[in-house]
Amino acid sequence: MLLSLLVVTALAVIRLRDLFAVVMLFGIYSLLSASLFVVLDAVDVAFTEASVGAGVATVFMLGTLALTTSREKIPGAHKPLLPLLAVLVTGAALIYGTSDIPHYGDPGDPIHHHVAPRYLEDSAEEIGIPNVVSSVLASYRGYDTLGETTVVFTAAIGVLLLIGGARRRRRSEEPPRPDREEEDA
Amino acid sequence: MKQYSVPRLITKLLLPLILLFALYVQFHGDFGPGGGFQAGVIFAAGFVLYALVYGLDNARRIMPPWLLRVGVSLGVLIYAGVGVAGMLLGGAFLDYGVLDSHDPVHGQHLGILLVELGVGITVASVMISIFYAFAGRGR
Repeated sequence: MLLSLLVVTALAVIRLRDLFAVVMLFGIYSLLSASLFVVLDAVDVAFTEASVGAGVATVFMLGTLALTTSREKIPGAHKPLLPLLAVLVTGAALIYGTSDIPHYGDPGDPIHHHVAPRYLEDSAEEIGIPNVVSSVLASYRGYDTLGETTVVFTAAIGVLLLIGGARRRRRSEEPPRPDREEEDA
Repeated sequence: MKQYSVPRLITKLLLPLILLFALYVQFHGDFGPGGGFQAGVIFAAGFVLYALVYGLDNARRIMPPWLLRVGVSLGVLIYAGVGVAGMLLGGAFLDYGVLDSHDPVHGQHLGILLVELGVGITVASVMISIFYAFAGRGR
């Protein structure tokens, strides 16, 4: 049910030319994904998706629209055959790839036999906090989270360098460019 | 936006709750879902809401850009600093167990709390900075 709603939203995003509506639909898409993560018992991921994807990312995209334009340009005449072929081949490869993916919740999955059992069994003794997700993120995988924080830090520096400060000087020199920043969290 | 009294009033009612919820998510991340990243985003969302309703200048007065710039780097510094502190106390980088000389589990608690705080500070400052940059550019 949620997955079909996701597909409907994605199709609407492709069809629509009004970018304001597209941004709103992206927000709905994120909220649907968050609900999907809740169904899959991944509440921490759902939390992030709801707050980042449906929350601030929507505001940032609206800000981008305010700086640029809210109508999508009609693409000029080009042959859609080659892109269509590329998409079809990639899609077929992905669908073919899913046949090798183990079933959801299968206890025999490789992912349940790597480091996860150790985290789950020893976290209570070694770290002593109830939320294993937090103990994995902050302690066992502390390096990764430090890297992520640095990525966020770098993103801010990039945005500030591109469109932050010194706008009074720049405005007289050149017209504002349609900069677009995208962030993965 | 002086004429829209309903959004202004609702914002006034909601803002403390949003910020309080952010702090709850920040410091309750050890026990329930959430953590520094989500808390930072929620905290920033509160300020974004305030800036949308009350205007960018008022928001800048409360949370000046220089403070945000400090926050952006301070969070990463706290995180890396905890790692270096672990090294100075004789452990590995980001090994929180040595932070408490009596009980490694307490050290882990302290380390995770500080690290999540660093993440939260950086994420909140980054999100508000980016919003300021976008909103300030349009004028």
